[in-house]
Amino acid sequence: MSDIPSELKYSKEHEWVRIDDDGHAIVGITDHAQELLGDMVYVELPEVGTNVAVEDETGVVESVKAASDVYAPVSGEIIEVNEDLVDEPENINSQPYEGGWLYKVELANESDVDELLTADEYADLIADE
Amino acid sequence: MAKQTALYPVHASSGAKIVDFGGWDMPLHYGSQIEEHHKVRQGAGMFDVSHMTTVDVTGNEARKFLRYLLANDVAKLFLEGKALYSGMLNDDGGVVDDLIAYFRGPNNYRLVVNASTFEKDMAWLTDKASDFDVALDHRTGYTTLAVQGPTSREAAIRAMSEDCASAATELTPFSSVSCGDWFIARTGYTGEDGFEITVPDSDAEAFWYALIAEGVAPCGLGCRDTLRLEAGMNLYGSDMDETISPLEANMGWTVDLKDEDRDFIGKAAILAQKAAGVQQKLVGLVLEEKGVLRSHQRVIIPGIGEGVITSGSFSPTLKLGIAMARVPAATTETALVEIRKKEVPVKVIKPSFVRNGKQVF
Repeated sequence: MSDIPSELKYSKEHEWVRIDDDGHAIVGITDHAQELLGDMVYVELPEVGTNVAVEDETGVVESVKAASDVYAPVSGEIIEVNEDLVDEPENINSQPYEGGWLYKVELANESDVDELLTADEYADLIADE
Repeated sequence: MAKQTALYPVHASSGAKIVDFGGWDMPLHYGSQIEEHHKVRQGAGMFDVSHMTTVDVTGNEARKFLRYLLANDVAKLFLEGKALYSGMLNDDGGVVDDLIAYFRGPNNYRLVVNASTFEKDMAWLTDKASDFDVALDHRTGYTTLAVQGPTSREAAIRAMSEDCASAATELTPFSSVSCGDWFIARTGYTGEDGFEITVPDSDAEAFWYALIAEGVAPCGLGCRDTLRLEAGMNLYGSDMDETISPLEANMGWTVDLKDEDRDFIGKAAILAQKAAGVQQKLVGLVLEEKGVLRSHQRVIIPGIGEGVITSGSFSPTLKLGIAMARVPAATTETALVEIRKKEVPVKVIKPSFVRNGKQVF
């Protein structure tokens, strides 16, 4: 049974979004996704300063089993990436919602967040998989 | 309905992630395949390999039969318990399966073959044996644990009965011994020292927990694959199959042509291939930048031709992508691999990456 924190929002591509105190969107991949992929070995992060639209490719997470593209769940400018993952990609497995965060976005449209799935809706999505 | 080993309930209750392998429900890992890999390289880990097939070959013509069946020559085995790695070839010289043969005494051998080829192998063995005075006994009701790693033998010896412990202590590499109805071989598929210990199913659970108590870590098929790849050991069905000769699969050393009077299945094809010149070879690839090499990726050797990755993965010990690939025989030291539409340079080496925990290239 994977962990799906109720205060976060989710994309159909298994990314999660948290809004921090500054109103920025923090993005990562879900517990369900990390469990499917297995032990992470490499992470390709997007470049700080890049402007992304919803569903743009924003990096790759690679496990022993497979490489998986990460898609932007919201649009805006990438203002920070999690450099720790370069040396410790396994943080995505051990802390998908905390230390395994991927990047931070300055939102172009706050309404992008409303388009995302709630925790319950995401739970339903993965129950059908 | 998938088959399950006797220890399946133990795996399920240990938090194993169970996957299908050749029709068997097997543990892929018990939490982290990378951590399990490190435990085998640095200490001791154990694998339930009871899904593999054991066939005893006995009878007046057992030795004669195996000298015909196998590309390697069992006549070399004269010390009781000694093991031999060999391919079993078809008439075209292709590999039907790879296996280990243990010499247990005059006209008394034990073969261990792959799980995924069970039906094919049994049909093949039965058919080929029909011309010989031999008996084939497929052993069931046994559990085999592969206990591997630099501290694995001491741990296993402490977990055994006194009789078996003293028999196991005497074992030299690639050799085996029976004690009661236990069978202990100093063999493995990880590139580390260790034992493969076969016990009646009724002894399996107690032995498993005795090994746990000695600090041996449960390990699944996930790290079994990364360990054997690092050690340069072939996986049947990936690195070779019925269409590939041992000469093209880094198994030339397992084909014994010394006794010219010995005929074996596939010999004519092998001799013809040698005379004509072998066109392909199995090499090792190392990706020195970030990334993972994966099976079936295309290999490009500029000016020479193309090949394919037969087994690719990530080496947890080296923290690099590594692979085995079948490439044109003229390939030298570098090549390119097509990874997600980019051509990425790789180093070409002999298919051996790690021995005794250390990089060997």
